Amino acid sequence: MVIVLFAITVMTFLIFFATPGVDPSRQLAGRNPDPATVEAIKHQFGLDRPLPIRYALMMKRLFISRDLVSYGNQALLVVPAIQSAAPVTFSLVFGAAVLWVIGAIAIGLLMVTFKGTFIDPLLMVLALIGISMPVFWLGEVANLITQDRLHDTIFFSWVPPLGYTPFTQNPWQWFLHLIIPWITLSILYIGFYARVLRANLLEVQNEDYVRTAKAKGLSPRNVLVRHMLRTSMITFVSLFGLDFGVLVGGGALLTEVVFGLPGVGQLTYNSLRSLDLPVIMATVIYGAFFITIMSALVDIVYARLDPRIRPA
Amino acid sequence: MAEFAFEPGPEVHLAAGESAKEISGRSPWRLAGRRLVRNRLAMASLALFVLIVVVSLLAPFYATHLAKTDPFTSNVTGTTVVDGKEVDVVQEGGSGLGLGEVPIGPTWQWNYMIGADNQGRDVMARVLYGGRASLQIGVASAVICTVIALALALLSGFFRGWTDSVLSRIMDLIWAFPVYLLAISLATVLLTKAGGLQWGPVTINPSSLWVPTWIIAVVYIPYVYRPLRGQVLSVREKEYVEASVSQGASNLRLMFAEILPNVISTAIVLLPLMIATTILTEAALSFLGIGVQAPQASWGTIIDDGQNLLYTRPLVAIVPGIFIVLTVLSLNVLGDGVRDALDPRAKVRVRE
Repeated sequence: MVIVLFAITVMTFLIFFATPGVDPSRQLAGRNPDPATVEAIKHQFGLDRPLPIRYALMMKRLFISRDLVSYGNQALLVVPAIQSAAPVTFSLVFGAAVLWVIGAIAIGLLMVTFKGTFIDPLLMVLALIGISMPVFWLGEVANLITQDRLHDTIFFSWVPPLGYTPFTQNPWQWFLHLIIPWITLSILYIGFYARVLRANLLEVQNEDYVRTAKAKGLSPRNVLVRHMLRTSMITFVSLFGLDFGVLVGGGALLTEVVFGLPGVGQLTYNSLRSLDLPVIMATVIYGAFFITIMSALVDIVYARLDPRIRPA
Repeated sequence: MAEFAFEPGPEVHLAAGESAKEISGRSPWRLAGRRLVRNRLAMASLALFVLIVVVSLLAPFYATHLAKTDPFTSNVTGTTVVDGKEVDVVQEGGSGLGLGEVPIGPTWQWNYMIGADNQGRDVMARVLYGGRASLQIGVASAVICTVIALALALLSGFFRGWTDSVLSRIMDLIWAFPVYLLAISLATVLLTKAGGLQWGPVTINPSSLWVPTWIIAVVYIPYVYRPLRGQVLSVREKEYVEASVSQGASNLRLMFAEILPNVISTAIVLLPLMIATTILTEAALSFLGIGVQAPQASWGTIIDDGQNLLYTRPLVAIVPGIFIVLTVLSLNVLGDGVRDALDPRAKVRVRE
């Protein structure tokens, strides 16, 4: 796994600093720089050193001395910026995750329980619609409704303006700020996970142990929840781990941008807009690290949940 | 096998010395095709998708003849006729204070049907043109991605050993990057080079649609590669492959004549779903400003344009999103239908 992490840093560095034709010194030099200025900047930032040395320097700055400086705002230290943005993203993703896991399990179970009736196809279609909506568009629509059109009605007058309040500062405001983003973000995933769960549950229906449970006379609900759900959760959990990792690592950037939450995603987005290479690189590495660690974690949990794949 | 229904021709009995009449059977492909056609929901969504494609392709026609506007030039000082009165396209706004400018709202006629954006351009015409870009990028990148992933999966699964190790590691490495972050990184880097990318004889203009197409295609290759490789590995062990080997088939023949046809159904099931995914990804990248570049439009860029107008002219942001939802939804339903049709475990009606 360390090799993968190392390879990720190398790859990120190469993408940003070694793509032919990309020259960071031009940006730093400002508008219409003359060649002397560009040279001076290059020297100052160490951009004229050979590639491996620049890589080593950057990694050192990022991980060891933690004083990597942003190109755009020379006073901005990258690592503390990520550190202060991370809890925001985490709050967003964690809340959304709670919603979507509960929602998906509930809807998946409903779909299977009412399989013959109209409820199943109806929920399927709703789930599909959920998956088909671009999350940033849904966020904009949500903003339109809650901040503007219906803001003055009793439904949404409690919605605060876009932004974030840290939990430690004011828990209630923290909650209010986040609840619409939570719902927006989770709609996409509820649809997906409900379908995954439904597919797994249906697959499991014909297994021997389910038949045994039914033959024993257990109530259908008992069979469903205590026997079928457990095996079906295996795929669910492994997919969940990956998605959670991606989101916390900055994959929620669209939601954050639309709702004005200063998380890692928004940091990535802002640095993209201004082509602030060290910040982009740092956030990308952070994201990639997170997802790699989460997949390793997921593999472990997967092994624990499914005794069949544990090494004997 | 219950899979094959056969209708013997009228002459089944063979006299000695006579050539055999072919006994016709229906291949699994035709059976799957029939199942798909019978699935009304899937057919309806296919029709919806085709409708959207056709409407988007008609964008130039719409813009020149119906709307009579040019969706790509700024028209801030222009005027248009609404209900017989001549109205500014971009008007003074701000509830009597004269602050700011507000573009015209929906006229619900051919001209500026859903209003203008803050450059005075006809939004509906832009949405249709945007559909061309979005659909083009979506379909092209999904197809490229699937083709490359299929080729790599065949190589990996067939040769195994060292080839497989190297290819799988590379795929894992690409996949270790969160998809969006990788797409964003590549797009940022590739788009900052003014004057276009140059690799030897090939120059690609940064505003060409090929840049986002290739980025999105590459980013999803590992995702398609994995299930295909699994299929190749399992098909490789089947008896008919062994039979072919014992007949002296070359590697190439084995790959293309034996393994590929059996793996391709997985690829076909994945295709509509991949197109849906690539369309969503392209919309996100364009929304962030690193997908389709001005002066071209795509559904994502129009939603981005609509952000500033969200509270005054919400249709600018809402309508392209609705198009995206309908397109992706129809592709998802179609993909479900294709998967059900190709599922070998589906109950097959033997006699029609």
